[in-house]
Amino acid sequence: MGTRNFLWNSAKKFFTIGLIGLTVSDRYFSIVPVRGYSMSPTFNPQISSYTGSLTDDRVLVEKFCLEKYKFSCGDVVVFCSPSNHREMHIKRITALPGDWISTPHSYDAIVVPKGHCWVEGDNSVFSLDSRSFGPIPLGLVHGRVTHIVWPPQRVGKVDKRIPQEHLPF
Amino acid sequence: MSRLFQFARQWKPIIKEGFSQSFLIAKFLCLLHVTNTHVCTPVLVYGPSMLPTLNLTGDVVLVEHLSQKFGKVGPGEVVVVRSPENPRKTVTKRIVAVEGESVTFLVEPALSDRSHTVVVPRGHVWIQGDNIYSSRDSRQFGPVPYGLILGKAFWRVWPPDGFGSL
Repeated sequence: MGTRNFLWNSAKKFFTIGLIGLTVSDRYFSIVPVRGYSMSPTFNPQISSYTGSLTDDRVLVEKFCLEKYKFSCGDVVVFCSPSNHREMHIKRITALPGDWISTPHSYDAIVVPKGHCWVEGDNSVFSLDSRSFGPIPLGLVHGRVTHIVWPPQRVGKVDKRIPQEHLPF
Repeated sequence: MSRLFQFARQWKPIIKEGFSQSFLIAKFLCLLHVTNTHVCTPVLVYGPSMLPTLNLTGDVVLVEHLSQKFGKVGPGEVVVVRSPENPRKTVTKRIVAVEGESVTFLVEPALSDRSHTVVVPRGHVWIQGDNIYSSRDSRQFGPVPYGLILGKAFWRVWPPDGFGSL
């Protein structure tokens, strides 16, 4: 009888913690691991010989930006991949709606359509981004990265900067 | 000094009660948020683009999110989608084709018979309003990534004479 009560109470506590955790991570902040090297050297600067996730960077993602969807050029964002809705990617926004982007390997220039943005990884060689799948709708963005929280020696704010060679004209 | 202690002792149970009630309200709001975002939520839809299925002046429909999370939303279903032209707006349309299928549609149904055929790319869906004469949908802004779908509208609750499944 006492054990059943104890189990029921623990279950209720877990349920409550789960609800609160889910609400906070949907509306305010969440912490996500960064996998891959497409954002080197900003995240995961060294190619690690371990494939373990303990060495991956972990970043703080804020969700307050999703109220107005107001982003600036140079923001690092987390978004749902347009070719596979189960995957999430982290890249930097390099152009906003109405900006012109020069496509690589050709002389064309395209304008970013209304409600979309152009995302690129800081490490152009390794990165699968808008140069392959085109501009993404802003509705796919799930949060903005503000700080690195792991590993301890690299804790700090994530800069909002545009790499020189990516400046749209 | 002792008056301060007396004061605190008087108010302590009331403050504790206040905290526990606020916590209860916070727990209820969290439950409401999780249900609305991940399970099912009522949505007010209005506009001419889904006539005659949905009314012009506004219907309240129940939208469930579980099918979208498991990837089980398919052609013929009415979905609520975050607009690719303005992420702050949501639009309600019907899925006509999913990835890999080819869609043939009339480019300007009111003006000509010209039609166009497109293959829907991987990870995208093609949405159209039931009222093709007055609908801004994939024929104008192209195929929509699956990740923009918020949920499937499956039941109408208002107006009462339209109560029932969609």
